[in-house]
Formats: sequence, structure tokens, C-alpha cells
Amino acid sequence: MDMAVVNTGVIKQHLIDPEICIRCNTCEATCPVGAITHDDRNYVVRADVCNGCMACISPCPTGSIDNWRTMPAVKAYSIEEQLTWDELPAELTPEQLEAEGVDDGAAEAVQQTLAAAEPAAAAEPGTVAFNSAQYNAATPPWSAAHAYTNLYPPKSPTTATVVGNFNCTEAGFENQTHHIVLDFGTMPFPVLEGQSIGIVPPGTDAAGKPHHARQYSIASPRNGERPGYNNVSLTVKRVLQDHQGQPVRGVASNYVCDLKVGDTVQVIGPFGNTFLMPNHPKSHIVMICTGTGSAPMRAMTEWRRRLRKSGKFEGGKLMLFFGARTQQELPYFGPLQNLPKDFIDINFAFSRTPGQPKRYVQDRMRERAADLAELLQDGQTHFYVCGLKSMEEGVMLALRDVAADAGLDWDTVGAALKREGRLHLETY
Amino acid sequence: MSSINYSEKIPNNVNLSEDRTLQRALEGWQPNFINWWDDVGPEGSTNHEVYLRTAVSVDPQGWAQFGHVKMRDYRWGIFLNPGDANREVHFGDHKGEKAWQDVPGEHRANLRRIIVTQGDTEPASVEQQRHLGLTAPSMYDLRNLFQINVEEGRHLWAMVYLLHKHFGRDGREEAEALLQRQSGNEDNPRILGAFNEKTPDWLAFFMFTYFTDRDGKFQLSALAESAFDPLARTTKFMLTEEAHHMFVGESGVSRVLQRTAQVMNELKTDDPQKVRAAGAIDLATIQRYLNFHYSVTIDLFGADQSSNAATFYSSGLKGRYEEGKRDDDHVLKGQTYKVLEVQNGQLVEKDVPMLNALNEVLRDDFIKDSVAGVNRWNKVLEKAGIPTRLTVPHKAFNRQIGALAGIKMSPDGRVVNEQEWSARKDEWLPTAEDFAFVASLMGRVVDPGKFAGWIAPPVMGINRQPVDFEYVRFG
Repeated sequence: MDMAVVNTGVIKQHLIDPEICIRCNTCEATCPVGAITHDDRNYVVRADVCNGCMACISPCPTGSIDNWRTMPAVKAYSIEEQLTWDELPAELTPEQLEAEGVDDGAAEAVQQTLAAAEPAAAAEPGTVAFNSAQYNAATPPWSAAHAYTNLYPPKSPTTATVVGNFNCTEAGFENQTHHIVLDFGTMPFPVLEGQSIGIVPPGTDAAGKPHHARQYSIASPRNGERPGYNNVSLTVKRVLQDHQGQPVRGVASNYVCDLKVGDTVQVIGPFGNTFLMPNHPKSHIVMICTGTGSAPMRAMTEWRRRLRKSGKFEGGKLMLFFGARTQQELPYFGPLQNLPKDFIDINFAFSRTPGQPKRYVQDRMRERAADLAELLQDGQTHFYVCGLKSMEEGVMLALRDVAADAGLDWDTVGAALKREGRLHLETY
Repeated sequence: MSSINYSEKIPNNVNLSEDRTLQRALEGWQPNFINWWDDVGPEGSTNHEVYLRTAVSVDPQGWAQFGHVKMRDYRWGIFLNPGDANREVHFGDHKGEKAWQDVPGEHRANLRRIIVTQGDTEPASVEQQRHLGLTAPSMYDLRNLFQINVEEGRHLWAMVYLLHKHFGRDGREEAEALLQRQSGNEDNPRILGAFNEKTPDWLAFFMFTYFTDRDGKFQLSALAESAFDPLARTTKFMLTEEAHHMFVGESGVSRVLQRTAQVMNELKTDDPQKVRAAGAIDLATIQRYLNFHYSVTIDLFGADQSSNAATFYSSGLKGRYEEGKRDDDHVLKGQTYKVLEVQNGQLVEKDVPMLNALNEVLRDDFIKDSVAGVNRWNKVLEKAGIPTRLTVPHKAFNRQIGALAGIKMSPDGRVVNEQEWSARKDEWLPTAEDFAFVASLMGRVVDPGKFAGWIAPPVMGINRQPVDFEYVRFG
């Protein structure tokens, strides 16, 4: 269960609900790694074989397949145990988990982290000259909260302590993405979803100058990775090659990915005062991202999820288009899948699934044209695009075509989106 | 190969555009199919937008894409599971030979018959269920019915593709005939008996999808082992869809039982009349429906001794359920199997050559699978503290086909005389009065999240949607 293991030995164990399962064998026939087996009574999942690839989820006719329990890896339910069940055991309480030596933060990370995938999904170059960047809004949405910026400029960084660093990619998988939690202790560091911070790697570059800071979007909501704590999370991909595929060891990303809990880092920021989410409870958010571009989307989604949990939510829609090379490069695919369908409408695009045609986020957008067209016509809809530069144009062309097919004048719609701070591009 | 070409008129993953003759033939059949759907498909559903799953590829990510579509615009098409160029025949006389990509001349007639018989059941069930939408107990159930209907339609496509592609002119004629026969039509009925029975109400529908679609599962599983590779690959993909149909049946009956148990507990009664008066279906009626559907369905497996079954197996056309997982010689010559017959008024077991008893082998596999689900229904009663348990009747009860046909038998397996049968038949099989009562409950409930009083809501919605999701948008 490498995929769902973080270094604390906690797993999100995949289980099948015996009360709902109809024993149709579809999951066992589908599982690519042979993790599912059965006897006359139950269908069960081997925790040590399941890699959380989710291939069994959508073919299951009953939904019984989609059950997960946070467990210490050593206490994972054995298949022998599962074969005797008439119903699923309850989720362990935080107290029980603590008694097993699992701390809150680790459990929380396993449950909630929407870690990023490998940046991928390059857009097909457009055939017409089209300047996608011109639509990027220069103002935040009207209902955005006020953002603090540059509290700690490059000349006077503050110090944060690493309180979590999870490699959320499959062990041995060539592309590593880390989920890092930084705590600011008693130093003020107010942030909003969509903002970023800078991390200053220690030491000097080849020319003997101090390294300059690298900027990362925060992946946590405004009230902390752990609610009520003065901390933020980042989604950082370990850079081992450049955009052309040449080997290069990213200074900052390798520094950050190698950080240990308890280490301190120099932080500057926060940055960003336009790529901010609307606070209006009826506002809709369409998020389009690839790879670590998912960080601000995770932050916005999580904030809405917390609001919804506390009842402060009035049905604004969330729609996500998330591109990656393969499903395996979406290491925390599971938590995303666990969000209720009536809360967020998730569309994945995988560009390198063997034997499959390449599918990019803009392809998925075109498939969802009917719903996007409706959202485009709604003044409460906000669009956020984050990821590699190469996706930007394809995404904007898709939006333009969706508008045109719905009989909308893109020039009018696009201009309004920009003017009203409802379209934000953050590509790199 | 496994990605589906939607730009074509007929979505497919079989490179249809490379075979112009076949493509034209199927494009010629397509309007007839749509006419058939319009004539005898789900009644009054033309403008509904239904939250359906559609396959965009046969892999796990692609085969279950959900969205609201009009059923008439459903992308019926031709999808085969990925092939394995090195696949070998793994049972019968051709064991160890390469699997066939074309139909060997000597097996042509038998294969055509197998495919036509399977294909005939698909449109038949759509016809049987065509009025049910008017009495749906909820929008959720209405959507599930429609999902089954469109997938039965797609299964027909799967069989018609094989007929057109591999059986020439005969195949095309058979494909036409599949649209001409009609369930329950006296002059031109469907081939198999159970597919000419009415599906008069939703309890019958749930029983049908539980038992009769499970027959489909076992037949398809046996064909998925076939030496004729295109048939094996087609039926494998159909099985993935079939699972939903059985889910509808199993969870449907389960929810009926849950509601009945709830009413019994609220009223503190086990009196069927009081349960009925409260608008729920009494357990005795449910048991009688079960007896009927079970016995009619096990007839579908055919005669208990059949030289055809032996031929189909030995020639590699049709394997056993999970043939690949069994550890015998996969040739079965000289082996025996026990079948039942009546001697001197008593049921006795008798050993017969296993090859001739393969229908019985498949029937017994089906029975085992069915009984397991009935036990899960009983868990609902057990959990509610109701002591009654449902049971499947004896294998020889109410049989019309094979050595046990016409024998008067009680559900618990006693041979009974004519008088006892006549006197007690109404305890064992649903009566006109039962049907009338169940029919009286069948009012249409289609507001999102609302359910008829005789059935409990499901524990979860489809595709993680909430139970009160708008599964059907009425146009």
C-alpha cells in the first residue's frame, strides 16, 4: 500500500462494505494488481497489495467498493478478518488512533491531502494566433477577502519550522511530490488560498551569491493546514530535470523535499493579491490545473469543504479539471475521490495512459461544454487556471470554443471575466 | 484498439471504418434498431434526460462516464475487451490450439444459434419492462430501470455485430429477426419462455433482474470462455454492465424487505393482511414471487441432460462458469455428474456423463450464487428482528423443462399429488390476487428524494450522487 502510506506508518485502508456488495466479481476482475479476492461470503482487499489505483471504483455497480479507514499500517485489517464481516467496522476515533501512536497531523494528512501530480499535460499548440494571457484579471473577485502581502520581504525573512514532510508519491516512483507543512509559531503570517510564499534555500550559488527565493503556492486554507494552527502546507515537486528533459537538480525543490521535521526554513511573503477565491457563498469556482498547479485548488476546495461542514455554504458549485500524465502520478487520488459528488464535480485527464489516446484538461473541458457554457453565463462563476505555461493557451481556447458553441460572444464574455476579476491564470 | 471512436455513427473499438461493407451493413441496421426502440422501448421516455453511464473506453477509467442524456441519443456501440494475440483454447477437444478469430465452418450453425439465443434475450427484456417507467417508485429507481434498458440495447448491438461480421447473409437476416420477434407475441414470440412472461410490476422487475439477469451473468460467463475469441471478448465486456442489473435486483428486493420489516415492527404484527393494509408487501407474497422467478429462471439453463451442451463444450464454443479457475482436465470425458429424476414417486439422484450434464452444472453454479444473495436478504430481516426467512424453492419445483418438467413438487422438495398441488398452489406461487395487490401499490413517485411507501430508500445514490439527485430530467 505504498501509495497511501506516509512516513508515519498510517494507511488509508481500502475496504468493501459487505452489506452493500452484491458479490458480482467486477472489482476482482478489474483489479490490475490482484489485491481483491473472495470466498463464499465476502469480497475483500489485501491491504499490502492494494496500491490505491482506484481502477475498481467506477466499475463497481453498488458503491460498496468505495470505503476507506485510517489505520496504523501494522494494524491493517487482514483478509481473514474481513472475510468474517457482516458489516464494516467503524472508523477509529482520534483517541483510538492516538493510542496506536498515530498523531492527528498524520491522520489528517492522509485524509485530506490532495497532493499534486506531476506537471504534465502540455497543451496542443493552438492553430490560430491567440493571446491567452490577455484575459488574466488584474483584480480579485469582489467578494475576496483582503490579502496581506510582503509582510516579510526578501531583505527580512521570517523563520518557519517544518512540522510535516510527506512524500506522497509511490515509493520508487521517479517523480516525487512532497506535501510539506510549515508552522510559524507565534509570528503572524496570514494567508489566503491562492497566495504563495517564498522559500530561501541556504548557502550560495556557483557565483558565490546567496540563493534567491523560490515561490510556492500554498495548498492549505486560510485557517491553517490543521484548522486553528498557524501553519501552511506546500506541494513541491522534486525537480530532477528541466522542462526540456535535461537532468538538472533543482536547488530549492530538493532542499525543501529533503527537509526533516523540526528543521527551520527562511520564508518570505506572502505574495499575490489577485488570484484569490470569492467568499460569496453562492459563487461558483471552476478550477483547471495540472501537476503542482493543484496546490491553490486544493486550498480553495478545502476551505469550501470546511465551510460546508460548518453549514456556511449556499450551494456555490465547484468544478475541477485536473490533468496528469497518468493516474499513478496522482498520488492522493483517493481523498479527492472521497469528496461528495454534489460538493465538487471532478474531471481527470490523463495524457500518458498506455494504450489510451492522450487526454488533456482542455479535452475534458470540451466534453463538459454543456455545463461549462451554463457556468460561463453565470456572473457568479470564477475561473482559475494553474500549472505549466503550455496548458494556458489550450485551456483558454477551449473556453472560447465552449462560449462560441453556446452562442456567446467570447470577446464580451472574456472581457467581462477579466474586468470582474473572475478569470485568473497562474502558469509557469 | 481499446479507445472508442465516437466520431463515427456507430461508436466502436473494433476499427469499424476499415471494413466498409460491415460498416454499411450495420449502418443499415441502425435505423431499424432506433425504430424498434421507439416502438417498444421504454414508454413515454423520449424527452427524458437520464443520468446514464456511457462507455468511452473499455478500461476502468473510461467505461463508466456519467451524464444526463436522452436515451434515444445513448451511444449504443460495439465494444470488445482487449484481445490477447496468444490466447489459446483452454477446454474441450481443441484445448491448446490457438483461439479462433473467425468462425470455423463446422461450428457455424451452432455458434449462430448460441449468439441468436443470447441476443434474443436482450431486446426481449426491454420489451418486458417497457411500461414500468409509468409506475416507478422513485426517480432513483426510474434511472436504474432506464440504465438497464439502454444496456440491454447495447448487448443486442454486441450480438448483432458478431452476426453481421462473422455470419454473412444468414447473420444479417438473424439480426433483422431479433428486432421482429416480440416478447409475449403469440405469432412471433421471443425464443426463451421466461422472456415471454410479463414483468407486471416492480417487485417482479426486481426479482427478474436478480434471478433472470443472473442467468445472463452465468450464460455470458460461460461464453466468455469461448474458443471463438470475438465472442469471448464481447461477452467479457457485457459482464461488466450486467453487474449493475443484478445490483438493481438485489438491492431492490432488499429495500422492499427493509420497508416491510419496518412496517411489521411499527405495527408489531406478522399478519399479512395488516402489512398489506399499511401499504407494504407481506413476506409471504415476496416468497411467492421469489418461487416463481427462481423456478422460471432455472429452466433457462435447459434440459438437465443435453447432447447439445456436450457438443458446445467439446467443440470449444461454450465453457463452464469460471472454466479457467477450475482444476480438472477441462475435457471431462469419462467424468460423471449427478442429476435428479423421479422414480416411483420419489426424487432420486443419478450419475450421468458430465459432458451431457453441463447445463445442470451451470444451473447448480447459478443456484449457489442465487442462494448466497437470498441469504443476504435474510440478513435484512435478521437485523430488523423478524424471524421469517426467505428460501429458494427446491430445484425441481415448478419446472417446465428437462426431466423434472411437469412434476408436481412442493417448494421444500416433496413430490405431491394433484390434489395437494391444486390445494396449495396458491401458497407457493403468486396468485391473481397477489398480482392485483402489488399492482395496487404501483403509483408513480418521481420527485427527487421521494420514495413509494412499499420500498425503503437506497443507502447511497448512483456514482456518489446524493439519493435526492435529479437522476431524470423530464423534458
